Amino acid sequence: MKRFRMHMLICGGTGCQAAGSVEFKEALEAELKKQDASDEVAVVETGCNGFCAMGPVLVTYPEGIFYVGLTDKDVPELVEEHVLKGRPVERLFYKEPSAKELIPEMNDIPFFAHQELIALRNRGVLDAESIDEYIARDGYQALAQALTQMTPEEIVDEVKKSDLRGRGGGGFPTGLKWEFCQKAPGEQKFVLCNADEGDPGAFMDRSILEADPHSVVEGMTIAAKAIGSSVGYVYCRAEYPLAVYRLQLAIDQAKEYGLLGTNILDTGFDFDLHIYQGAGAFVCGEETALMRSIEGKRGMPRPRPPFPAQAGLWNKPTILNNVETWANIPQIISKGGDWYASIGTEDSKGTKVFALTGHIHNIGLVEVPMGTTIRSIIYDIGGGIPKKHRKFKAVQLGGPSGGCIPEEYLDTPCEYDAIVKAGAIMGSGGMIVMDDSTCMVDMARFFMDFVQDESCGKCTPCREGTRRMLQILEKICDGKGEVSDIETLEELSATIQEASLCGLGQTGPNPVLSTLRYFKEEYEAHVIDKKCPARTCVALLDFVVNEEACTKCGVCFRACPVDAISWKKKEPAFIHLDKCIQCKTCIDKCKFDAID
Amino acid sequence: MAKLKISDLAKIKDRVHQDTSLREGGAQVKITVHMGTCGIASGARTILNTVMDALGETERTDIIVTTSGCAGLCSHEPMLTLERLGEEPIKYAKLDEAKARQIFMRHALEGEVQTDWALAKGTE
Ligand SMILES: Cc1cc2nc3c(=O)[nH]c(=O)nc-3n(C[C@H](O)[C@H](O)[C@H](O)COP(=O)(O)O)c2cc1C
Repeated sequence: MKRFRMHMLICGGTGCQAAGSVEFKEALEAELKKQDASDEVAVVETGCNGFCAMGPVLVTYPEGIFYVGLTDKDVPELVEEHVLKGRPVERLFYKEPSAKELIPEMNDIPFFAHQELIALRNRGVLDAESIDEYIARDGYQALAQALTQMTPEEIVDEVKKSDLRGRGGGGFPTGLKWEFCQKAPGEQKFVLCNADEGDPGAFMDRSILEADPHSVVEGMTIAAKAIGSSVGYVYCRAEYPLAVYRLQLAIDQAKEYGLLGTNILDTGFDFDLHIYQGAGAFVCGEETALMRSIEGKRGMPRPRPPFPAQAGLWNKPTILNNVETWANIPQIISKGGDWYASIGTEDSKGTKVFALTGHIHNIGLVEVPMGTTIRSIIYDIGGGIPKKHRKFKAVQLGGPSGGCIPEEYLDTPCEYDAIVKAGAIMGSGGMIVMDDSTCMVDMARFFMDFVQDESCGKCTPCREGTRRMLQILEKICDGKGEVSDIETLEELSATIQEASLCGLGQTGPNPVLSTLRYFKEEYEAHVIDKKCPARTCVALLDFVVNEEACTKCGVCFRACPVDAISWKKKEPAFIHLDKCIQCKTCIDKCKFDAID
Repeated sequence: MAKLKISDLAKIKDRVHQDTSLREGGAQVKITVHMGTCGIASGARTILNTVMDALGETERTDIIVTTSGCAGLCSHEPMLTLERLGEEPIKYAKLDEAKARQIFMRHALEGEVQTDWALAKGTE
C-alpha cells in the first residue's frame, strides 16, 4: 500500500475556518501538487483542535510540530522548507506568552499539556469526515461490545458505575436516567441528543460534532440498545451548519457500513438516527420544549412530571442527553465505568469540557479532569489575562443560568457542589473570563436582556418578571437607579426562581444574584454615588481627565476618532466635551484609568 | 459497500492504522532523506520515493520517513540517515534506487548495517 511520509492536520473547526483555514488548505494542496509532493504528504482536515485563538492551526506528523496563525502566503515557504527540506519554519511556531520562547511541539504547549481528553479524545487527530479513521481509533468497538456481550441491564450498570452526570447543565446522573427509561413500559422509545447549545459564549457541543461526530452516533446507538429504542433524533440548531453537515455525513457513512439502520453489525439490532434542526431559541434546549419542537409544535416547556423517561417525545418514554454526555459513553463502555469513575473527585467523576472565552489569552476549548481548580484553567491553560495593565475580576460559569466567581474563590475545584457553593453552577461549560474593565451591573444586565428576550412567554413570572428586572438594571446603568431598586431586584429574583415553569426562569435571576453577592458595592456606586467604577456605563461617566492619574502619555489624544482631545508633551490631556461623542475609545486605551 | 460484521472493524482498523500511526509517535526506525538543493539535484527525490514504496510494501507502522536539508557533503549526495531506536544513526552516501531499497530491506527492517555504503556513524 502506498504510504504518506507526512501528515499535515489542518484544523477545520468553525473558528479556524473563519480565520482562513479553507483558503490555507487549498493553497497548501495546490503547492504540494506543484512541488510534486501530493502523494507523499496527506493533508487532513480535522475538527476543532481547541486552540481557537491561534487559528488557523496546523499540526505536522511525525514530528508533532504545531503551527499557528497561518495564511495562504505562508504556504510556499512551509512546503519548500518544512515539507521538502525538513526544516520547520520557526517564525510560524506558537510563542508561549509566559516562556517567551518558541514552542514547536504540541505536547510542550501548556495549553494542551494540562488537559485530559476523553470527550475530545479524537479532536485534531482524525479526519472528521472519515468513518475509517474513527474506526482505526477503536471507534464502534464499544457498540460491538454492547450489542454482542452485554445485556441492556449491564449497559445501564456500567454507565451507573461511571457516575457520569449530564453535561448539559443539570448534572443529572446519566445511568439513573437510562434506568428509569429502560424500566418504563412501552413498545416505542426514543433516544435524543441535545445539541441546541444556547448559552452565549459556549461552543463545546458544536466542536464535538464537528470534530468527532461518530462518537455521538455510537453513544446514542449504545443507549438505544440499553433502553430498547429503534429511533433517535439529534436536535441541533441550524446556526451550526458545519456540525449539521458533518453529523449527517457520519450518519450516512454509518448507515452504509451497517452501523446504523437494520441489523446493525449483523446482530439483529435496529436503530435509525435523524437530525432535527432547531431555529435557535434558547428555551428549545429545555428538554420538554425540545421534544415539542421535534413534534412540530412551538417550542415551549410543560410542567414535569411526567418526566420524559415516562412520557417524552410523542408521549413515549425518552432519554435526552447532551452532546458531551454522549461523547463519553463509548469509552465508558469499552474501558469500564470503574475506569471513568477513577478520574476526577469523590463528588464529580470524569472530565469536563469548557469553552474558554472573554478576557483570556488562549481562547479555546479545554477538557480537564474534574477537580481541576478554576484558577488552573484560567492561568495554566488559558494563559491568564491578556492586557498587562488589567487584573482578573470574575469568571462567569453557566451563562445566563449561572453565576460569577470572583478572585477569592478561584481555587474552587471544578465539582458540581463546590461550584454551587461558590455561587455559580457547573453549567454546560461556558467560561467567560472578565478583567477589571468589566462592569458587573452591566454584565448582569446583558444576561437579563438575554433571558428576557429568550423567555417563551408561557408563564407569567418569567415573562413579566424578567422584563421588570431588565428595566431596573437598565435604569441603574443609566444613572437613574435608587437604593430601593437593589431590594426590588432581590425580591423579584426570589419570586421568579420560585414560580417559573422551567429552568429558564428558575435560573434566570442567577447572574443578578451572584453579582449582588460579590459586587454589591458596585451596584451601590451606581445608585448612590452615580459612578461606574469599571468605567463602562456611559451615562455615569464625566469624560474628564483626572490630572493626578494622567501620565501625560498622549495615548488618548492619538486614539480619539473625533479630535476631541487636546494634549501637549509633558501636559495632561484635556477632553473637549462639546466635541466628545462618548465612544469610550480614550477610556479603553488609557492604561492608568485616568479618565473618569 | 457491504454491511460490516464485527470482525470487519478490526480489518479496517489495521488497514487505516498503517497510515494514521504516523500521528502517534513511538517510531522504532527513522529514515531521513537529505533534500537540500544539492540533494534534490542529484536525485534525492527518487531515493525518497523508493524508500516510501518499499515501506508501502510492508505492514510496519513504526518506521517514519522524513526529510532534512543539506547534510553538508554535497559531493556525496544523495544521502540518507537511518536511525534505529537505541542505536547510533548511520549516514549512507551516493545512493541510487537499488542501494536505497537494500538499505531499507536490510537495515531498517532487519537491523543489519550496510557497511559498504555507510559514510559515517552518529550525528553531527
Ligand atoms: C432554558 C434551558 C436551556 C437549556 N439548554 C440546553 C442546551 O442547550 N443543551 C443541553 O444539552 N441542555 C440544555 N438544557 C438542559 C436540558 O433541559 C437537559 O437537562 C439536558 O439536555 C439533559 O442532558 P444531560 O443530562 O446529558 O445533561 C437546558 C435547560 C434549560 C432549562
